[in-house]
Amino acid sequence: MADLAVIGAGPAGLAAALAAAAQGVTVAVVDSATEAGGQFYRQPASGLRARRPQALHHQWRTWERLRDALPGSGVRILTDHHVWSVERDSDGFTVHALLGPEQHEPVAVHADAVLLATGGYERVLPFPGWTLPGVVTAGGAQAMLKAGLVVPGRKAVVAGTGPLLLPVATGLAAAGVEIAALVEAADPKDLVRHGRALAGKLPEGAGYAARLLRHRVRLLSRHTVVRAHGDERLTGVTVAALDTDGRVRPGTERYVPCDTLAVGHGMLPHTDLAETLGCRLDGMTVAVDDEQRTDVPGVWAAGESTGIGGAGLALAEGHIAGRSIAARLNGTEPDPVQWAAAAKSRTKLRKSAAALDAAYPPPAHWSEQVTDDTVVCRCEEVTAGAVRDAVDELGAGDVRTVKLLTRAGMGWCQGRMCGPAVAGLAGCELTPSRRPFARPVPLGVLARQHHIATEEGTS
Amino acid sequence: MRTPLELADAHPGPAFTVTLDGREIEALPGQTVAAALWAVGVTSWRSTRGEGRPRGVFCGIGVCFDCLVTVNDRPNQRACLVPLHPGDAIRTQEGTGHDG
Amino acid sequence: MVGAACALYAARAGLDVILVDRGPVAGGTTGAGEGNILVSDKEPGPELDLALLSGRLWGELAQEFGAAVEYEAKGGVVVASSPGGLAALERFADGQRAAGVVAEPVAGDALYDLEPHLAPGLPGAVHYPQDCQVMPALAAAHLARASGARLFTGRTVTDVLRTQDGAVRGVRTDKGDIHTPALVNAAGTWGGELAALAGVRLPVLPRRGFVLVTEPLPRLVRHKVYAADYVADVASDSAALQTSPVVEGTAAGPILIGSSRERVGFDRTFSLPVVRALAASATRLFPFLSDVHAMRAYLGFRPYMPDHLPAIGPDPRVPGLYHACGHEGAGIGLATGTGHLIAQALTAKTPDLDLTPLRPDRFAEEAA
Repeated sequence: MADLAVIGAGPAGLAAALAAAAQGVTVAVVDSATEAGGQFYRQPASGLRARRPQALHHQWRTWERLRDALPGSGVRILTDHHVWSVERDSDGFTVHALLGPEQHEPVAVHADAVLLATGGYERVLPFPGWTLPGVVTAGGAQAMLKAGLVVPGRKAVVAGTGPLLLPVATGLAAAGVEIAALVEAADPKDLVRHGRALAGKLPEGAGYAARLLRHRVRLLSRHTVVRAHGDERLTGVTVAALDTDGRVRPGTERYVPCDTLAVGHGMLPHTDLAETLGCRLDGMTVAVDDEQRTDVPGVWAAGESTGIGGAGLALAEGHIAGRSIAARLNGTEPDPVQWAAAAKSRTKLRKSAAALDAAYPPPAHWSEQVTDDTVVCRCEEVTAGAVRDAVDELGAGDVRTVKLLTRAGMGWCQGRMCGPAVAGLAGCELTPSRRPFARPVPLGVLARQHHIATEEGTS
Repeated sequence: MRTPLELADAHPGPAFTVTLDGREIEALPGQTVAAALWAVGVTSWRSTRGEGRPRGVFCGIGVCFDCLVTVNDRPNQRACLVPLHPGDAIRTQEGTGHDG
Repeated sequence: MVGAACALYAARAGLDVILVDRGPVAGGTTGAGEGNILVSDKEPGPELDLALLSGRLWGELAQEFGAAVEYEAKGGVVVASSPGGLAALERFADGQRAAGVVAEPVAGDALYDLEPHLAPGLPGAVHYPQDCQVMPALAAAHLARASGARLFTGRTVTDVLRTQDGAVRGVRTDKGDIHTPALVNAAGTWGGELAALAGVRLPVLPRRGFVLVTEPLPRLVRHKVYAADYVADVASDSAALQTSPVVEGTAAGPILIGSSRERVGFDRTFSLPVVRALAASATRLFPFLSDVHAMRAYLGFRPYMPDHLPAIGPDPRVPGLYHACGHEGAGIGLATGTGHLIAQALTAKTPDLDLTPLRPDRFAEEAA
């Protein structure tokens, strides 16, 4: 039992936990990883005994401040907790999790209030060959490097679009991977155009640029990967230049040999728990007010789940949420003056997040490169041709109907990977899917909970 | 050329032995199945149930389920999440993981 | 599904058909169904007659569409949990046999040849080889396409246009009027609302159901397997939650687990207690399922009518209005027979079945 259950031990969750605990709130933070930190501050496995984890990280000082504040704060960190649902009951909330890594044994955390700080995951748009071993998400390559101190190969192309590509390329290069090219779809002019809002981010970018130079990384901006080659695994990619409309310029294709392609096209928020709780979503993100409250009483949200914005924004939102929760749980009206600095930084960082989003759009005509035989839904192996047939021949006009008619999105990942691709191919907006189980749950766990509930009911 | 272990100045405990389809490989304490397999140059350990195509790590954070693998006879474990222990038996996985 | 089948049979009877839906193809109850084509759960009477006709017609369509709609003549196995239950089940099956159903008693041992992974110690079952399954969304989409009907999705009917003497002359939609002398109400659970637009009462009520979907598996469950109490639950009038296990494998791999019934209006809130009850009853029937993962769950609203029979045929209160709704949980299976009978009614042919028990105005009489 806790006053507050925080779901996610990344920057948002930890900032909220610390802020709330400082006001006397009993906080439990649940997280699926083996160590707190989230994706941004993903820690090397403790067994690897890394003495210089900061070599893989940025803004390490911020992490040290969070980490060092935790032991004295009274915040309980429950790692290896894979949350599959948050249930609203008569006296608060029950956070249902499976104990990792096996995820077979259930565990429940009860709390009066919940903060959803579930973070995000990477969006990858498909292209022929993207299912080959050796093709990984940019964030995945980074996560494996940060946590496992491993790299996927010797020679990599880093491609896609978005601010994640630079740190991934420099991180892999520092870890000994030859970066054959950094292929960025965005136009550097757009970055300059959005420069004012990005003022805080540009020095960061300049630092990466210097590192790219040092590692002799070839930067191909306004380029895209049109195909990954290989039979049983990746042997190279074809890259091509994009015109101002975001179309591949014919005749610009060239082959780049590599054994690794780290690719990503921005991020998407995890909103499953919020959706099932009945929280209002705003597009793909959880809608929150100035205090980071959702429209479901007792449920707050912060960080990437309320809009992709990076670790700094997550910290600010988490802090505000923590202060708001502490006040509300005490039955008092919170005073925003308490978090004025965080609110100011939130305003500024939301602005730069919006500017980054605008500066790094996926190539407008990416779907033209997706051949009919390209697998779009990786789990159920549904091809682009099948999706197009469902739209053109069977009258599907939305992601759900395409799913019903093709199985795209019905597999293990429940459409998290293929959702954006299916929406793009079907020519419709990506809307949040309903996923009542945020992760797969053994039927035996559900059955046992039924027996416990019914026995309690009859006694 | 620097290795990731050198970069992070890591001093892991002694490596231990696990098996991949009966073949012995070395793993470091704390490494996941996926990390240990990457470290020995293996990038695929599953074939899909439709087309029998090879797959390995894709998202690396437990979201995509592409890296499913059988560990100690338990199928459909995400290789990117499951840490190894001495003597663990990793098996490449075919189809649903429950076939034959 | 019913609308698509009506379109197909009407078009094949020579009519020019327009199919209008406020949502996408299969966007209502069809998209939330399991695709049952069952005779096993129906007692002798008009619904069973319709099910037998529909089953034959599905068999014909399977020749045409087959794999595209994932048609599987896999048969049903209804399992008794006690010797007394088995005796009752066998009496029920005797009656069905007299009405033309193939129902084969299965003794305890033989049961495990049919379904090796059932829980041990079950007394027996009845095997219904005529039970089949289709993938409902694919079936609706393919039938709609094959009908050649003009398909207007995302278009909401806002009014029924009528002549001075009250006959149908078309519908008003949010995207313009459509003129027609014949209107088929195949709005399923929302059929009462459409009937109201035409000025008549048709008591179609939602009866919520959840389906649990597992990870993909090899064919460990071969038939549609359900417990004998399912039949009693289907026929029940209770508004409270009822669950009875219905377990079946699919061509695509996952196992589908039903069934729950609740009368809670159109409440789309996910309910953990309901899916827990489903999991509990399914794992009792098939213990191996305990280690199998549920990947998703979805809910839908069966179009329920007070006497558990659909409304099929012309509405004498409004000339030109035909109803084809209220099939409760059997709309996929009964769609073909319904479409066929509607096409016969539309073309003034004598229907293959007596539509009297299904007449849409039967509730108005009761009320009066």
